[in-house]
Amino acid sequence: MKKDFNAKEFAINNIVPIIFIVLCIVCLPIAGYSGQYLLSQIITRIMRNSFLVLSLLIPIMAGMGLNFGMTLGAMAGQIGIIFITAWNVVGIPGLLLAAIIATPIAVLLGWFCGKMLNMAKGREMITSYMISFFMNGVYQLVVLYGMGPVIPIHSDQVILPRGYGVRNTIDLINVRQSVDTFWQIQIFGVNIPVLTIILIALLCIVIVWFRRTKLGQDMRAVGQDMEVAREAGIKVERTRILAIVISTVFAAYGMLLYLSNMGTLNTYNSHSQIGMFSIAALLVGGASVSKASIKNVFLGIVLFHLMFILTPQAGKNLMGQAQIGEYFRVFVSYGVITLALVLYEIRTRREKAESAKTLANLQKEGAKA
Amino acid sequence: MMEKVKELLRSFGLPRLIIAGFLLLLFIIAPFVGIRVGASVSDTLARFGMNSIMVLAMVPMIHSGCGLNFGLPLGIISGLLGATLSIETGVTGPLSFFLAILYSTPFAIILGWGYGKLLNRVKGSEMMIATYVGFSSVAFMSIMWLILPYKSPTMVWGYSGSGLRTTISTDGFYSHVLKDFLQINIGTLSISLGEILFFAIFAFIIWAFLHTKTGTAMTAVGSNPVFARASGINVDKQRTLSVIMSTWLGALGILCYQQGYGFIQLYQGPMYMAMPAVSAILIGGASVNKASIANVIIGTILYQGIVTMTPSVMNNLIHTDMSEVLRIIVSNGMILYALTRKSGASR
Amino acid sequence: MQNVSKEYNGNPVLKDVNFTLKQGEVLGLVGENGAGKSTLMNILFGMDVIHQTGGYGGKVLIDGKEVKFASPLDALKAGIGMVHQEFSLLPGFTAAENILLNREPENKSVLSLVFGSRANTLDRKELQKKAIEAITKLGVSLDPDMLVSEMPVGHKQFTEISREISKSSIRLLVLDEPTAVLSEKEAEMLLKAIKNLSAQGISVIFITHRLQEILDVCDKVIVMRDGRIITELDAEKTSIPEMARLMVGREVNAGHAQTKSEERPLSENIVLSIKNLWVDMPGETVKNVNLDVHQGEFLGIGGLAGQGKIGIPNGIMGLYPAGGHVMLNGSEIALNNPRACLDASLAFVSEDRRGVGLLLDESLEWNIAFPAMQIQNKFLKQYLGGLIKWRDQAAIKDITDKYINQLQIKCTSSKQRAKELSGGNQQKICLAKAFALQPKLLFVSEPTRGIDIGAKALVLKALREYNRQNGVTIVMISSELEELRQCCDRIAIVTDGAISGILPASTPSEDFGILMVGKTHKEAE
Repeated sequence: MKKDFNAKEFAINNIVPIIFIVLCIVCLPIAGYSGQYLLSQIITRIMRNSFLVLSLLIPIMAGMGLNFGMTLGAMAGQIGIIFITAWNVVGIPGLLLAAIIATPIAVLLGWFCGKMLNMAKGREMITSYMISFFMNGVYQLVVLYGMGPVIPIHSDQVILPRGYGVRNTIDLINVRQSVDTFWQIQIFGVNIPVLTIILIALLCIVIVWFRRTKLGQDMRAVGQDMEVAREAGIKVERTRILAIVISTVFAAYGMLLYLSNMGTLNTYNSHSQIGMFSIAALLVGGASVSKASIKNVFLGIVLFHLMFILTPQAGKNLMGQAQIGEYFRVFVSYGVITLALVLYEIRTRREKAESAKTLANLQKEGAKA
Repeated sequence: MMEKVKELLRSFGLPRLIIAGFLLLLFIIAPFVGIRVGASVSDTLARFGMNSIMVLAMVPMIHSGCGLNFGLPLGIISGLLGATLSIETGVTGPLSFFLAILYSTPFAIILGWGYGKLLNRVKGSEMMIATYVGFSSVAFMSIMWLILPYKSPTMVWGYSGSGLRTTISTDGFYSHVLKDFLQINIGTLSISLGEILFFAIFAFIIWAFLHTKTGTAMTAVGSNPVFARASGINVDKQRTLSVIMSTWLGALGILCYQQGYGFIQLYQGPMYMAMPAVSAILIGGASVNKASIANVIIGTILYQGIVTMTPSVMNNLIHTDMSEVLRIIVSNGMILYALTRKSGASR
Repeated sequence: MQNVSKEYNGNPVLKDVNFTLKQGEVLGLVGENGAGKSTLMNILFGMDVIHQTGGYGGKVLIDGKEVKFASPLDALKAGIGMVHQEFSLLPGFTAAENILLNREPENKSVLSLVFGSRANTLDRKELQKKAIEAITKLGVSLDPDMLVSEMPVGHKQFTEISREISKSSIRLLVLDEPTAVLSEKEAEMLLKAIKNLSAQGISVIFITHRLQEILDVCDKVIVMRDGRIITELDAEKTSIPEMARLMVGREVNAGHAQTKSEERPLSENIVLSIKNLWVDMPGETVKNVNLDVHQGEFLGIGGLAGQGKIGIPNGIMGLYPAGGHVMLNGSEIALNNPRACLDASLAFVSEDRRGVGLLLDESLEWNIAFPAMQIQNKFLKQYLGGLIKWRDQAAIKDITDKYINQLQIKCTSSKQRAKELSGGNQQKICLAKAFALQPKLLFVSEPTRGIDIGAKALVLKALREYNRQNGVTIVMISSELEELRQCCDRIAIVTDGAISGILPASTPSEDFGILMVGKTHKEAE
């Protein structure tokens, strides 16, 4: 009896991952991909995305919800990549230079975002979401009009033929897979990029370490109750800004890894897409607005991208149209965020209603006695 | 008197002043760079006619305290369903417009009801969830447009015979039914009274509604939900009603837009349509929990004025069209401003 | 020698307060709500409220040296710790983490040279050790690894106190009603802990309404009333009735209260009958209230803050989850349904004027007319056979102007926004709103809270007249006993979520005082 109850509870609390597992199991035979293909795809995707998704963890810890403003970091990363492509710096040094360029931009953007979020306490998510939209406009202004005349970039590879503005897509031949192929081994015919794994592992360690630092503890405190933290002498606003800055900088580095793996930059789309997909992946992994772990990140990436790979093919085999699968995965990405947000709200509310029950029970017991 | 002026200025707000000033500047520059003002004004008014009802769709939800209706795409989807069904029947001319409204109504009511129920369960974070409800529903309908058994040859892909096209022309159906109705031409200035009248009717209905007992209750719910509850108002019911109204107005709004634009945009088309409407009403002086018909009118004129004027002026001035980027910055900046303002902090 | 002594002089709310406290002494501080206890403690603690309202007069001396705390942090440094009535704990942290919040022991690391000291990792072992140290010092059993969210309320209280005493410099601990939320057993443990602390040389100021506890642990007692220290007693020589009498007794004001001769006969008819009511109102929990209200009477409900008196009307009117039975004129009223109560001609003036009572952003007209419009279809013009119910602006203006005159509401016009009025005038708007409903029974909760003396008198007069002239039954909830004694026929006292007794208003204050501190008759005897 007791065990039954727990199973139900478990299902309710993990409804999102469960839906995804079922979805993937259903699509798997329909799509008809080989195991090896899927495995190598999944590994590629983990390498590509995990750094980005990991960058979301710290703001959640600080109680600021899902950082839709991570797109800002992605923008910073892209600006770095644009520069090194224009300057023709190749390989890992190129990426390092891009990181050096991206860091101050990411810090600045993160600081701006954090400031804004401090002005909109209690609705951080919608605000960070609008910030990403707003900064997208500014980014376009800089990249589409500023680069060339104002910011001196004169590479035919990067700049549009009209003389200013960056091309829609840039071929990142200079840094393509430079991290992945730096040290690669093969296991069962699947390429394993060791350096990338080391980098990701390093970030995981950093996050684990960060949780144990004084700052990490302060963030957890601020995340639970800003007032109590303030009374204890913790600088609440500063801590919150720091959380966003760190997240933005990590997102910028994550974007560099992502782009180097992809090998092409979609100048005007990559960052907004990456924001949505990273958040959806994290939620698929069973994270909520207030709680997320490294485990959620990896489970989420595996499940989300498995779905991503499977659905177009499944749609094609089932309906004869790959397009349906395409739309389906867009729907699932948005749907999963909606579902996770709604469930979170409802759960919080249910917890609040508990105390009335206790009183009613007290009264019943009193009546019996 | 001075006090009053100052008070008015303060309530008008700095960003609004800047935007109004900017628009004024554009109109002053326009003749010097060879743009006919008459044509620009007509353009602005035409866009006003097309977009104003979608902006009006913000009002009921703001009044009931549900915040900015980022879930407008849901209303738009009802409108799209109505539009495609109307064309499917094969009826042409103005009657098809009427049919489209008629068909979209039950969808708007059902979707709005469900959407309202959902928002009642997530009080406090309506806006975030509304945004994603809008996105998910657009994505869901993208699948539906592909597999729903539409037959009308004007709408389905010619080569495969199934699935709707991305854009469908309303030519021969209700293209320009309102725009060409009672059009006045004075020199270069042409005003479509039909569209304005159509907007006026619905603006009046909303205005009148807000003066009835139910409308009063709705406003009170938005102003102070606890007060409303203590006064015996069913807060959830009022909120649901407001969401249904907003959704229906959204459906109407997109139909109005289509008749002026001449095309129906399906699939990802409605995805970001909420942002311009949200931003327009905020530019008009509304906040996250207060809005009036005047905000709708002023906001739509200012917003559409900027959208029409900047490209032409910019193009002629510096031979660069950065209007789209400016539009993104202005409209999202406006929303951001409203969200971070202390006075609007109750939600 | 560590003589801690403090003096205050000439503060409007506090008049010439002088007392001294020796090391390791336990001082009991008692007094009614508003007697000045919290203000006194706020001064001692250097709270912002004090600085924002113009500081204070007089001196605070520690070890014979004058100190002026600019902020609570300064007070902490000087060794003063305070445990507030509301818990200030993080639910997701363990007891140990909470105890050492923002004072966590750290491991120095190389990284901190780059990133600053906040990059130091926490020394969990040391943290655990220090927390256990503090808990042992307090002498209670508390698991340092337990999450606060999973703790019973008593353990939360212990965590709070442990946090204060874990501060190395701690010498004086202020406990503001620490036992109010505790069960009897937990309270006993806490009292023991207080004795422990005092034995270790930490002085304690203990604020409580449970007088028995004062007798149990304190060395001396200070009774405060109206911003003065009435007397300082030796805890060993005083008694509960003596303290209760000193707490509430008001020589000056006593004349205003109802005398025996003014008493009206109580009607036989019971209008409202409350049975086994519970209300889940945070901070004002009602556990089990049984109460009968008679036709046409003016019933007062009094009691100390947090005992649940405010929860009663809020629960009946459906603003907080409630259970039990409420009968109006013999027919049951549905709970958790504000509409049903209003339909049954009950009305409620909330204690939370700004939160519940008013539409701050709307006009006075809206505020006054709204409930009557919605509930009773007043002030509406009906068209198309009632299909369209249009707001009747003229009628709304008439009724608003009528009440503005009648209650002497100071405003520029009936169109003024409610938030622009002063507290007293806002309260009158709330009354007008309730009067416009023409209720059979009116609940008024804390009608004079936060308004000036002039407005107070007017509000009370209006209520009294409304009761006497219109024959409307009124139930008034107030923290101020004297106010109740002026207006009411009978006064019920609420303690610990239940009615501890009902007495005629002409009963001497001391008797109410004894009821308030939770001594039912059998215990007092």
